[in-house]
Amino acid sequence: MIVETGHFALILALFVALVQTTVPLVGAHKGWSGWMAVAAPAALAQFLLIATAFAALTYAFVVSDFSLELVYANSHTDKPMLYKVSGVWGNHEGSMLLWVLILSLFGAAAAAFGGALPERLRARVLSVQGSIGLAFLAFILFTSNPFTRIVDVPFNGRDMNPLLQDPGLAFHPPFLYLGYVGLSMAFSFAVAALIEGRVDAAWARWVRPWTLAAWVFLTIGIALGSWWAYYELGWGGFWFWDPVENASFMPWLLAAALLHSAIVVEKREALKSWTILLAIMAFGFSLIGTFLVRSGVISSVHSFANDPERGVFILMILAAFTGGALMLYAARAGEMQAKGIFSMVSRESALVINNILLAVAALVVFTGTVWPLVAELLWDRKLSVGAPFFEKAFTPFMVALAVLLPIGAMMPWKRANLARLVGPLAPAAILTLAVMALVWTMATGRPVLALVSAGLGSWLVFGALAEIWQRAGHTPARIARLPRADWGKALAHGGLGITIAGIGLLMAGQVEDIRVAKAGDSFTVAGFEITLDGVEAVPGPNYTAQRATMEVHRGDRLIATLHPEKRVYPVQAMPTTEADIDNGFWRDIYLVIGDPQEGGGWAVRTYIKPFANWIWAGCLIMAFGGLMSLSDRRYRVAAGARKAAPLTAVPAE
Amino acid sequence: MLKRVLLLALLTLAAPAHAVQPDEVLADPALEARARQISQVLRCPVCQGENIDESNAGVSRDLRLAVRERLVEGDTDTQVIDYVKDRFGEYVLFEPERSGANLILYWMGPVVLVIALGGVFLWLRGRRKDEAAPTVALSVAEQARLKELLKD
Repeated sequence: MIVETGHFALILALFVALVQTTVPLVGAHKGWSGWMAVAAPAALAQFLLIATAFAALTYAFVVSDFSLELVYANSHTDKPMLYKVSGVWGNHEGSMLLWVLILSLFGAAAAAFGGALPERLRARVLSVQGSIGLAFLAFILFTSNPFTRIVDVPFNGRDMNPLLQDPGLAFHPPFLYLGYVGLSMAFSFAVAALIEGRVDAAWARWVRPWTLAAWVFLTIGIALGSWWAYYELGWGGFWFWDPVENASFMPWLLAAALLHSAIVVEKREALKSWTILLAIMAFGFSLIGTFLVRSGVISSVHSFANDPERGVFILMILAAFTGGALMLYAARAGEMQAKGIFSMVSRESALVINNILLAVAALVVFTGTVWPLVAELLWDRKLSVGAPFFEKAFTPFMVALAVLLPIGAMMPWKRANLARLVGPLAPAAILTLAVMALVWTMATGRPVLALVSAGLGSWLVFGALAEIWQRAGHTPARIARLPRADWGKALAHGGLGITIAGIGLLMAGQVEDIRVAKAGDSFTVAGFEITLDGVEAVPGPNYTAQRATMEVHRGDRLIATLHPEKRVYPVQAMPTTEADIDNGFWRDIYLVIGDPQEGGGWAVRTYIKPFANWIWAGCLIMAFGGLMSLSDRRYRVAAGARKAAPLTAVPAE
Repeated sequence: MLKRVLLLALLTLAAPAHAVQPDEVLADPALEARARQISQVLRCPVCQGENIDESNAGVSRDLRLAVRERLVEGDTDTQVIDYVKDRFGEYVLFEPERSGANLILYWMGPVVLVIALGGVFLWLRGRRKDEAAPTVALSVAEQARLKELLKD
């Protein structure tokens, strides 16, 4: 009954979305207030209906209702509760339901907080948002219905893939989707603005927080996924340039570009049509990502579904929305009159360079991701594009970005004098050189990589500090009173530096040791003495494990006792390795227990991973910087101030 | 990131080996380091998107052993990679060959970057001229007025 209620609510949501798409759009065109007013309640109703459907599906997973095909295929009564809940989105149908739930959440948020928006713009934004919901609800109901029943109810389910039964991965998809789908707001605002034929600072002030929020969620989602790969897959890889990772990385790059170009629109009323184009492309790449992941076109394991029917449906959605928006753009972009004039050397042009680097970097990732498809279609060549290509083709853009960032961030609007930046940035440059010298003397492995990444990282961090110092007018007392937007900017840029330093130093200095060890054996890796005390069998809730006890000493000091495991999940008949990691500020000690060997003993892998945690710490700092900016006073206070403006603006139309 | 998921599911059932095994490691650390580096650019032919260094498939183990065998026999890195490529096709190269149509892949980024930077440069320069023009006109008018004032 509860499940049928959810199914019914989902169908109803489709019809509400149909109303939300059409009625306000017509209303906005004809100037009928009553029709436009339908948008907000429809958006709220759509959210409530989809939330009901989602709650019903969650309920079915929690009580293990195996009469639902989806629950049967992805759950098991022995599974811990956290993974019963995360199992809702650990599969194709459920994850699409989460997708539309978040989409409708954003729509409802725009309806609830958008009271101050001009009536027409708001109606059009909600209408576009509704049309995205309409397309994806139709996709779910016609090709991927999560509420399909089974006639002969099985006794138990087939369980979820054990690798997905992990806290890091339980929250990875919701954050990613909040990011992907958050970009739909920027898209809806862009399309609405194109229909209106008007973009101004007020528009940018609306788009920026939505884009920033989406970018923050994407950052957290990508970091969670990367962190999960690091500790779960058993050798500490953190980024594989897998097509599906790239699918989340391209929208991240474009969202970063968009939130910077929206600053120029907001503060200087320039770069309008470019910002609109970026907003369309950022969400377009979210849709491309959804297509790549969901259609299985680039077979990778993320692709739960290898069903062409679904792929074609999503491709049609992608073509309709991106193509439609781009055609509208071609017709209307000329009407966007730029006002602000700026010189060749100015913060505006620095942000243009930022946009070019980020957008071309996204293009490189895109080309590399789809190249195997293109080569197969056009020349019938089966080839691969992987990490070695991306590392070479992508890295230069990030290096250029990191070198230019602190300089551009310090430039004034309109016209800058490079000579005037030398003074404020000199201490940062000197400190950076000092760090580079230090790294050069200490580096092992790949010293050039260590040198470059540590240099870029310190340049970004010290550059951000130098900017804070300048903004505070060289007065320590004023630092605490700086606007949160300034802190957010410094934190986001510094966090990027920490991530860059972490990636480079980890890749440059990692030490690996593979050997056979018997119980009681000791060996030394990079100055750490590691002892395998023994291995014992331990039962888990839905698995059995071989659990090793290993001690790590440095000199006489016991640093850690670690318990790496090898687990077997009987229902899925699948082994997993659970590495155990001693997390440290400077290095991780990463131990893995492998298979028992024929001559006795176990295969043991030891990795010393310098600066590993800096990668994700940097991402979190970046995300936190975004949140700081989002909570800036002008977004909290300006809400009231904006109310007055549209009242005078609307009658004028 | 999840690319290992299905792989592990499928392959570990057949061959529960796990990436590089202790018995594969060469005694000579320099050769072993080269072997690891080569393994990281070769794609496992039966997996999706894994290199042979991290793959658990049986064929990857065979390839790792083959790579080491060639290295011990004195092949250069390129020769080893060509050896594997000749048997499995260009599919196994994670870094596609820089020839033919693949040049588009390699040159796309730099070319678009140069075009974009050049376009922006021209656009800004053109706009600055527009901006500069009225300033000059104004100063001409001012000069005329100045002349007039000086005449009096």
